[in-house]
Amino acid sequence: MHNIGFDVAHLLAGSMLCLSFVLLYQDRMTAVLNVFALQAIALSLSVAWQAYIQEAPHLLITAVIAVVMKGFVIPAALHRIVRRLGIHREIEKVIAAGPVMLIGLGLVALSILLVLPVGQSVSLLAREDLAFALAVILLGLLMMITRYNAVTQIVGFMSLENGLVLAATGAKGMPLVVEISVAFSVLIAFIVFGIFVFRIRERFDTVDVGALDQFRGERRDQT
Amino acid sequence: MIPSIPLASAAAAIAEFWAGLPVTPLQAVLIIPAMAVVLLALIPAYRLGALLNVLASGLTFFAGASLLLDPRYRTDILIVDDFNIYLVILTTFVAFTTSIFSASYIGHELETGRLTPRFLRYYHALYQAMTGAMNVALVANNVGLLWVGVEVATLTTVMMVGIYRTPEAVEAAWKYFILGSVGIALAFFGTILVYLVAQEVVGEGLQAMAWDTMRASASRFDPKLLSLAFVFLLVGYGTKVGLAPFHAWLPDAHAEGPTPISAVLSGLLLNVALYALLRFKMILAANAATINVGLILIALGLISLIFAGFMLYRRRDIKRLFAYSSIEHMGVITFAFGMGGPLANFAGLLHMTMHSLTKSAIFFAVGHIAQVKGTQRIADIKGLSASHPVLAVGLALGVIAIAGLPPFGVFTSEFMLLSSTFARQPWLAVALVFGLVVAFGALILRLSDVMFGEASGPPGKIKATYAPLFLHLALVLAAGLWLPEPVVRWFRAVATQLG
Repeated sequence: MHNIGFDVAHLLAGSMLCLSFVLLYQDRMTAVLNVFALQAIALSLSVAWQAYIQEAPHLLITAVIAVVMKGFVIPAALHRIVRRLGIHREIEKVIAAGPVMLIGLGLVALSILLVLPVGQSVSLLAREDLAFALAVILLGLLMMITRYNAVTQIVGFMSLENGLVLAATGAKGMPLVVEISVAFSVLIAFIVFGIFVFRIRERFDTVDVGALDQFRGERRDQT
Repeated sequence: MIPSIPLASAAAAIAEFWAGLPVTPLQAVLIIPAMAVVLLALIPAYRLGALLNVLASGLTFFAGASLLLDPRYRTDILIVDDFNIYLVILTTFVAFTTSIFSASYIGHELETGRLTPRFLRYYHALYQAMTGAMNVALVANNVGLLWVGVEVATLTTVMMVGIYRTPEAVEAAWKYFILGSVGIALAFFGTILVYLVAQEVVGEGLQAMAWDTMRASASRFDPKLLSLAFVFLLVGYGTKVGLAPFHAWLPDAHAEGPTPISAVLSGLLLNVALYALLRFKMILAANAATINVGLILIALGLISLIFAGFMLYRRRDIKRLFAYSSIEHMGVITFAFGMGGPLANFAGLLHMTMHSLTKSAIFFAVGHIAQVKGTQRIADIKGLSASHPVLAVGLALGVIAIAGLPPFGVFTSEFMLLSSTFARQPWLAVALVFGLVVAFGALILRLSDVMFGEASGPPGKIKATYAPLFLHLALVLAAGLWLPEPVVRWFRAVATQLG
């Protein structure tokens, strides 16, 4: 019984990590959003499984929040924004997929090397969960760095937050207040991001963040 | 000397006042901003909003100061101790004075049309949300709640930085948001790690996130995992403090947002983030086998100080100039806490207070200057001493104070830090002096640019109030001349606690 618990937790966290990799090289807006929704569903399954093996029913709330908000509502809203902005067919320039994937692999190795050896006192399951979570967080970060489009940066950020929730639920008995706050912060983040996407569009007629560069800081003094 | 009898009777009167209310001062510090957020969000009229903002901030300050009557409180969720009570009072005080400044500042921005009432709609509500969130972060005993406080305060300031909706403002807000969220995500991961470490020893649930419980049993924590956690916390909260490699958001956010927000960002939010870091440092200090946090803080502090010192020379935008000066002073404070020991910690605490008061005063002055001159470019602000003497005096005093000249309080704290460093690590003291001198030169150079020469720009009159500006400067001056005995005793107690 214990082994099954361990294996399923592994499978689900591992599939989140795989989806993070899939996110890294997607160049079509709709595909990015769909993969993100899949990752959120994997997250909610993972959280639900944690609720079962930790016998912590309150985690189910987090699972439901994850699947409803990040699996359906937010992707649907982003799809709408993307369609309204007319970029749903756009193919985004991504830094060549090969190097990005290699860096991603490096980050996964890094997070395993960081988390697994330390803290023998913490159970192996919690540590492996943490390693997975850290990898998802770092890949989200990588995605934010390598993308130019504000919408994909949003997705990178939310995928990073998926990693955070995975980490929080992997920590046994972590008080609910934090999980709610994470879900809440995602919501706020989404609102803020949504506003910004429109503002950037309004100002620059593009959601390419690269367009912002020409206004950077004091450079305007020289022009 | 302050006669003690009236003081005691005033305290009794205040205690009696609170006894008649259904809330304690601690609850009030959190509830007043929360109620003000709702109220202000419903009021579109900006004049009334500004007035209510001042009122709510004033009441919060009163509640914060009332915490002194009964300074000890703890549950698993909230805590009031010697360390955070002074920061609560400082935060609520500066938030109060800034709200007064903000009222006149915003009025002027509307007149000149830089802001329209439509964009201003939620400004005051956000202001209260920010101060409330900072208060939550400060009085939280639960490290998760601490994180939530910092997170909400960040998001509200992001929205306010972007309020002008110029391309520069949008870019600054975007950068701030991205870097801030990444920072806060890493801080949260660190918090989870700390909880994991703690729950092995303390047991699951709330007490494993309560800061004081953790500190009490920190010696039995797994040192490796605790050290790893601190690295994440350092990068996460360090981003918010604006320490050198993670500072990129700070100058933009300070320069492009409304000046009242620059004042609270610099004077308060950076402090709150540093406070969070120090709380975790205290946990690590209680465990001998962890990494040497002091050394890391010293290195980060020095890098920030020297880097910012040099960056100050190339500034053309006056708000950006003082943003870099904030990085410099955060570096000094971080350095002080990294050195540790009673004297250096004392200096760090004093410097935190003095920097908050001085820097917000400077931003008040800069806000008025930018409004009368219609620009933030240093090259376009000339001859201030001829055109606006009172403002010029305010700015000059502020810059002299922040550059660390006697008799202002910043000098006192820097002097204490220097003498304590010289006694223990002379080479570090040399580096510290070098950084301070570099920054000093830049500030005085830029000040003379602004002060003298042919008066330029429109000689507009200022209707704004100077009261907050000179009140802050007076406090900084008073602290430089004479620190009251209770304050000294109090800082000493915290300094020993910090280790």
